[in-house]
Amino acid sequence: MGSRSSHAARIPDVDSLRRETGFSQASLRRLYDRFQALDRTGKGYLSRLDLQQIRALAVNPLGDRIIDSFFPDGSLRLDFPGFVRVLAHFRPVDEEDEGNRDPKEPEPLNSRMNKLRFAFQLYDLDRDGKISRHEMLQALRLMVGVQVTEEQLESIADRTVQEADEDGDGAVSFLEFAKSLEKMNIEQKMSIRILK
Amino acid sequence: MDGTELAGQILYTWLTLVFGLILLPSAFGVSLGISEIYMKILVKTLEWATLRIETGVAKQSALKNSASVGIIQRDESPMEKGLSGLRGRDFELSDVFYFSKKGLEAIVEDEVTQRFSSEELVSWNLLTRTNVNFQYVSPRLTAVWVLGVIVRYCVLLPLRLTLAFIGISLFVIGTTLVGQLPRNRLKNLLSELVHLTCCRICVRALSGTIHYHNRQYRPQKGGICVANHTSPIDVLILTTDGCYTMVGQVHGGLMGIIQRAMVKACPHVWFERSEMKDRHLVIKRLKEHIAHKKELPILIFPEGTCINNTSVMMFKKGSFEIGGTIHPVAIKYNPQFGDAFWNSSKYNIVSYLLRVMTSWAIVCDVWYMPPMTREEGEDAVQFANRVKSAIAVQGGLTELPWDGGLKRAKVKDAFKEEQQKNYSKMIVGNGSLKSELD
Repeated sequence: MGSRSSHAARIPDVDSLRRETGFSQASLRRLYDRFQALDRTGKGYLSRLDLQQIRALAVNPLGDRIIDSFFPDGSLRLDFPGFVRVLAHFRPVDEEDEGNRDPKEPEPLNSRMNKLRFAFQLYDLDRDGKISRHEMLQALRLMVGVQVTEEQLESIADRTVQEADEDGDGAVSFLEFAKSLEKMNIEQKMSIRILK
Repeated sequence: MDGTELAGQILYTWLTLVFGLILLPSAFGVSLGISEIYMKILVKTLEWATLRIETGVAKQSALKNSASVGIIQRDESPMEKGLSGLRGRDFELSDVFYFSKKGLEAIVEDEVTQRFSSEELVSWNLLTRTNVNFQYVSPRLTAVWVLGVIVRYCVLLPLRLTLAFIGISLFVIGTTLVGQLPRNRLKNLLSELVHLTCCRICVRALSGTIHYHNRQYRPQKGGICVANHTSPIDVLILTTDGCYTMVGQVHGGLMGIIQRAMVKACPHVWFERSEMKDRHLVIKRLKEHIAHKKELPILIFPEGTCINNTSVMMFKKGSFEIGGTIHPVAIKYNPQFGDAFWNSSKYNIVSYLLRVMTSWAIVCDVWYMPPMTREEGEDAVQFANRVKSAIAVQGGLTELPWDGGLKRAKVKDAFKEEQQKNYSKMIVGNGSLKSELD
């Protein structure tokens, strides 16, 4: 990685990526370097295995779910635009973005709503737009491993669903999810700033 | 006729020069100071180049930060702070943010993957291979670079290849000759002389400048020497200052010839590939070797694989179960003059050696450290970690708990369980949940 010079010209569709994701040219170059470094065998795309070999990700309790979010709809190949689009969710929110935004253009990928959507789909496995009690349990089980008993976990899941559920359907929809987190500083908690 | 005569004359003068200026002094361990002069010129040139780049780039944009700072802003606070809670707080929907952020940070930059590619330099050292973000600055700089290419490929490379060839041939011949003698003191002395001379020649073949620190702690007979591993050249660098018993697999080809020759002169420990898999057999043989306390110290690289010299990864406990005194050694290369790291998945050994021979020089520091032994109640893993920390501190390298050999395999679950444990403690911890149930 350090011995390859990658100029912006080598990145395919760099201008449209800049507009879509909001990353600067330098950041895109850094991410492209990273993409190539992760693609050890030089295939030009990333597979699940490439991401699973990142140790810090493999030991993350939600590691597999995070990897899934890069491969939507059962696809097996992750190309660079797809890679950057997911990462764009974590771009810090600039104040200027909000002011200058043209309301007719689609929401930027790193808006508060999109960050919340990213977090939501980590819970909502079947993509039905609701987090059922069962899905809540599964996510909790991932995060605690074998350390907590089934009963304790069930009561935590029940309590959480009850608190967030407003229309009483026993599941948490995206709007209910967003509402329960409206006081949270999402922008700070779900942002990764690229320094150079 | 004239052409071949001329060529013959040139070759003759060339070889005489090489012999007189390099080989003879090596045999006596003396230095004529030519390499020192070369290094001084090189340092001055690189400083000048750095200045030119800085002034050139300052006109365009701000100079980038030091390469040791990561590319993303990290919040290294522990899990408790990241989840913004005290112990015993309940599960929140937002907890998933912490894990997803950590996960994506790892995807953008993780501390392990970057250790298997060459270190990035702060300022360019006039080698195309290290040119990452440095753009065209001025014609003068380009001219110097072109000059550098000519010097490296047309002057230095042939010289280094000649020296390497002579060094290896002398080594094989020398050890075979010494091997004919019966085992006595004379044989050991001669074997040492052959080893040292040929290693010095080979180090000159790489334009190596090595600084040894704390030579009073040099590994003694009957001990085990452990060091961090960056490339096969490590062996050369350590052997220039003393003889060691090598441990390793039997190879074929040129390496095999060298190995068989070495074993004739002094007892190295070579294993067949099948034997290497049997850990107990390996440890048993090494134990036998150091039992006499009269054999040369064993040289082992506990990381098991080449790392890029910015960090030290997990030391395999096998070397620390043998017993005996451990003599740690820290090796740190200066990347400004040439990159010594062998990226075995990217380059094979021949292209690696060519790259090394077309760099400016190999400059490194070697620190010998006071011997360490296993303490009461310490198991092999803890001892290994203690030695690893000592080496990392001495060499100015970062310490990582990961196993370097796993770069092609999956990770142990123990690390994941630790995170899960911490998280569980937080949301269930004080029994606050139990009181809810009652």
